[in-house]
Amino acid sequence: MPSSPALPTSSSTQPTVKAAMSLPPLPLDAIDVGLHVPDWRAAIGAAGDALERSGSTAPGYTARMVGVIEEFGAYVVIAPGLALAHARPGPDVLTEGLSVVTLAEPVAFGHPHNDPVNVVLGLAVTTGDEHVHFVAELANVFNDSSIIPALAAAPDAATVRSLLGIAAPTGEDASTEETS
Amino acid sequence: MKIVALCGVGIGTSAILKVNAERALERLDIEADVTAADIASVKLAAADAQVILTSSELVPSIGKTNADVIIIDNFFDLDELTAKLEAALG
Repeated sequence: MPSSPALPTSSSTQPTVKAAMSLPPLPLDAIDVGLHVPDWRAAIGAAGDALERSGSTAPGYTARMVGVIEEFGAYVVIAPGLALAHARPGPDVLTEGLSVVTLAEPVAFGHPHNDPVNVVLGLAVTTGDEHVHFVAELANVFNDSSIIPALAAAPDAATVRSLLGIAAPTGEDASTEETS
Repeated sequence: MKIVALCGVGIGTSAILKVNAERALERLDIEADVTAADIASVKLAAADAQVILTSSELVPSIGKTNADVIIIDNFFDLDELTAKLEAALG
């Protein structure tokens, strides 16, 4: 059985995968904090807009993320308060990307246990395998159950990024970071 | 032992479920091969699987299977994953 050599074999309660895997760059314009949205579609739309704004996706990807939920239901609500919006790779994914949207008022997605949602992650990947390298890192961050409420309460995009442990993309100059 | 982590489109959520299932299995000291799959491929992927891990939302889409279907509410909760895997496999 090909168990990953990066995984420690300890049975400690806290996962400790800290290898070179890192989350994709998260420019501040891929983060929207405290949005007011009427429903889950608008919440997914905001996560899609943020992916588009940051250059990860082209128009069309957002609708495909909505389509996944229409087809399969609210399974993307994978933890209390958290939706991981995503669709398959496609020509509308320009580069792998992550976006984060927090909601001023939570919205229901129709999940029996994890509603309502106040943090939406948008995920875009270019191939089915490529994303796996940062999924372990996402899991490291979110296995800490305090992270979702902390993200929901974050006052600004920079706080969201630092909670996720993501460094500013190279070349991003703080003076050019707008507050949209 | 084969375990399938199932999501709608086979990226993102199933990969998170796979990573955390492996961590839970490690806690339990159980050797198993965890495969991420989507609804379209679950029939094939789960043909020789003992367990399918998935969201309650996707259970109706699985159809007929001989595997134990385990519903995971919180994909990031290693305690939930460990307890449910232990109950199914232990």
